[in-house]
Amino acid sequence: MTIDAAPTVRVNDFAIKLANVNGTGSASANSLLMQAIFRMGIPVSGKNLFPSNIQGLPTWYEIRVNKSGYTARALEYDLMVAMNAQTYAEDIAAVRSGGYVLFDSSWPLDDDLVRDDVTFLGVPLARLCLDNFTQPRERILMKNIAYAGAIVALLGIDVNLVRALLAETFARNEALRDSNQKALSLGYDFALETFDCPLPFRVEAMGATDSILIDGNTATALGALYAGATVAAWYPITPATAVMDNFTKLCATYRREVVAGENEGDPPTVKNNYIILQAEDEIAAIGMVLGGGWSGARSFTSTSGPGISLMNELLGLAYYTEIPAVIVDVQRTGPSTGMPTRTQQADLLLCAYASHGDTKHILTFPANPAECFEFAVASFDLAEHFQTPVFMLLDLDIGMNDWVVPKLTWDDSFVPDRGRVLTDEDLAGMKEFFRYAHADAEHVAARTLPGSDSKGAYFIRGSGHDQFGRYTENPAEYQEVVDRLKLKHAAAAAHVPPPVVVQRPGASIGIITIGGCDLAVREAIDVLADRGLPADFMRVRGFPFVADVRQFVESYEHCFVVEQNRDGQLRSLIAIETGVPIERMHSILAYGGFPLSAAQVVDGVIGHGVIVNQEN
Amino acid sequence: MPSIVKPLIPLAPLAKNELGLTIRDYEGAMSTLCAGCGHDSITAAITHTFWELSTPPHTIAKLSGIGCSSKTPTYFVRGAHGFNSAHGRMATIATGAAAANRELTYIGISGDGDSLSIGIGHLAHAIRRNVNMVYVIENNGVYGLTKGQLSASADIGTRPKKGEANVVAPIDPIMLGLAMGATFLARGFSGDKEQLIPILKAAVAHNGLALIDVISPCVTFNDHEGSTKSYRFMREHEVKEVVTDYVPVREEIEVSLAGRGTRSVTMHDGSVLTFRTVPEGYDPTNRLKVEEYIREHQRHGEVVTGLLYLDESAHSMHEINHTPSEGLNKVPYSALCPGSAALDDLMNDFR
Repeated sequence: MTIDAAPTVRVNDFAIKLANVNGTGSASANSLLMQAIFRMGIPVSGKNLFPSNIQGLPTWYEIRVNKSGYTARALEYDLMVAMNAQTYAEDIAAVRSGGYVLFDSSWPLDDDLVRDDVTFLGVPLARLCLDNFTQPRERILMKNIAYAGAIVALLGIDVNLVRALLAETFARNEALRDSNQKALSLGYDFALETFDCPLPFRVEAMGATDSILIDGNTATALGALYAGATVAAWYPITPATAVMDNFTKLCATYRREVVAGENEGDPPTVKNNYIILQAEDEIAAIGMVLGGGWSGARSFTSTSGPGISLMNELLGLAYYTEIPAVIVDVQRTGPSTGMPTRTQQADLLLCAYASHGDTKHILTFPANPAECFEFAVASFDLAEHFQTPVFMLLDLDIGMNDWVVPKLTWDDSFVPDRGRVLTDEDLAGMKEFFRYAHADAEHVAARTLPGSDSKGAYFIRGSGHDQFGRYTENPAEYQEVVDRLKLKHAAAAAHVPPPVVVQRPGASIGIITIGGCDLAVREAIDVLADRGLPADFMRVRGFPFVADVRQFVESYEHCFVVEQNRDGQLRSLIAIETGVPIERMHSILAYGGFPLSAAQVVDGVIGHGVIVNQEN
Repeated sequence: MPSIVKPLIPLAPLAKNELGLTIRDYEGAMSTLCAGCGHDSITAAITHTFWELSTPPHTIAKLSGIGCSSKTPTYFVRGAHGFNSAHGRMATIATGAAAANRELTYIGISGDGDSLSIGIGHLAHAIRRNVNMVYVIENNGVYGLTKGQLSASADIGTRPKKGEANVVAPIDPIMLGLAMGATFLARGFSGDKEQLIPILKAAVAHNGLALIDVISPCVTFNDHEGSTKSYRFMREHEVKEVVTDYVPVREEIEVSLAGRGTRSVTMHDGSVLTFRTVPEGYDPTNRLKVEEYIREHQRHGEVVTGLLYLDESAHSMHEINHTPSEGLNKVPYSALCPGSAALDDLMNDFR
């Protein structure tokens, strides 16, 4: 078990995978490594591939380091940190030829697990911790920081930076800080003494960046805070729970006023400029959001696919009665319960047409946490401008994993678009008010809020109504309203975030993608260009689609649509809504539940018969 | 729901309330319910209540679900803001609306199908949250709009117009309320407006969710022999011992304490409720005693009406959540957005 002194040195370009047992405290050690690499200014990603379980099942964490910013999921691992004996066989098999396996050498490795083409790095983690710690729990937990210490040495990570991170994390707990520093040294020193550090693939600090490390759920919560959301209603669900957890924390910091008592000795009173209601189910959550939206408060809910399924009934009510609402859908793997801790983009059609009857909704598709922040704000504007539910569709990979993105900024001149709302003064100048009459050029009619003068009072109804808001069963009167709703939806195309397009000279194919596929597809396009197959890129960021989407598809003999679901939902949606023949688009699909990697896209394009023939 | 605009015929000068409005100003469209429907009497009681309280119509938000009962908000206070939502979901929308704007008076009208079957979860949780609203269940024991299926409030042995007698236990919203920690529970009978109006007034004054179960016979599908929600059954079996007087905060409060068993409770807004001719030992603030009293009468086939339970000390949704007094929808954006400097500062947590 010696280091093979392979001559090729790769700096800031490798992938490692850590195999752990969930519930053993490995998550903090893994994110410590990722954060340290991030602090060295190197583009990095961390993907947590975890089970829907609290303790005892296999869990993996993948770190990809890439100086060019290719940080989509890698499928080849240079180093496997095999900390889970249950999965030794599959983990050791996953290392690339010429790669390394770090394992706990307190116990011998079975002979049949050993590979000739891989270097095994044994670190006696359990023994080191047994010798150096006394508490049983510490002896288990500190193994994680100890292997992190070994990796710090093996990859050439700045150990002082890691020490500083531990000091920050445990600033308020001296005992824990000391244990962690000690464990770090145990692994670090052992690796330095035993192996030829660093390994041929390693990190080297890059220049200072203005980037941050943030997950999409946190960024979404920040967006809701900055958008001025005051009513939040939700039901706990993986992977969306952290949206409300973070919104709750942020509101407690930025929206709570503690007012001193009137007289001396009076206790201070708390004033919250928000309300967060943990509902009895997702049906209630969306109902509360509609109540808030009807009343003129910016209201939202966060959920995942199963929650959207439950909300369908009231989403139709909101659409038909024209009530603003923002629904954050952190997509997970369906159908049914599916795989709650795995990622997918399979709620597209569900959200686009949620509820019975003819319905169509406005959707936004962020690709990373920075866009989660930006699009969350935009979604509230869209919802109030168009008086309708707006869905922001992220996915588990964006929502729950940490991403390196440019730091979030805010323009203090921002004025929220509250849409057409009549004040009592407006009403005073009007002869009569009718809820759905006198729509503007974008087919939006002015609304009043409950509490406004009785002249603006009307009766919201999910039953058939005419443009005056009155009950109707008359075909023409009914159709007039639903036809306007269709036009209103179409008008939103000009307001949703526009597609991102990147063109290359000589491109013969087009690739359309969505959301979290962004990085993998961009990387794939670079790989394809290197192989002599330049491709143009379009990432759609909103629905309804602008005309550019159809034009893009029609510009290429072969257009690929890359997405993470079984049925090619984006491809179908484009075909249905733009009228472009569906056979003009070829699907490249990844829907097993793990984030997309560039290799899957490249294989999809290359492996497509049409392209191969063209190359011939 | 279809509705017919009510002709406004000027009659002899009508009495005016403090706002100078007459009872006509608190009416709505003409009812399209069956002639003799108990719900119409409840509508009349609600109309009177708001007129007598001089509640400005535009400060009332009236909500409902789906069903015969849920049609009725069209029939009262046309100047109020209305929301006819989805079957069983009224409580959720009322919760969100009340959360966003605490300055309005919220009245939700529901039925036994709406509240005790499809929406029972929402009702239970609205009670738990103590949402600031009046919640009326117009309880007739049947699904009227779908033509006479028995509902979850139908008593064992009740015969529908067609089909077999009911054999499954009924759900009593008052018992549900007691179990869920309700702070205001009353039962009325649509045939007794005199009793219902003071209950409604007290409900409006209540700080939190006021649940009123009103037995309201369905003349078309549940007013026959064998029904326990018929006019005849109620007239023969109602026990109207818990009578309530409501004294608004503005009036001089003179409560007779001489009467045996009389008891008064000061409401959150300063108005006073007096329970008179109360049976000896009846304590409307003692959850266990209230339950025992109702159950005892139920054993004898009697329906106790009146304001049955009241806890004016509990915190309402707004107090629990410390929402601002002006209503969340009035908070200016400048007070909601932390601004660029705060964001810049916060970014240090993500490095």
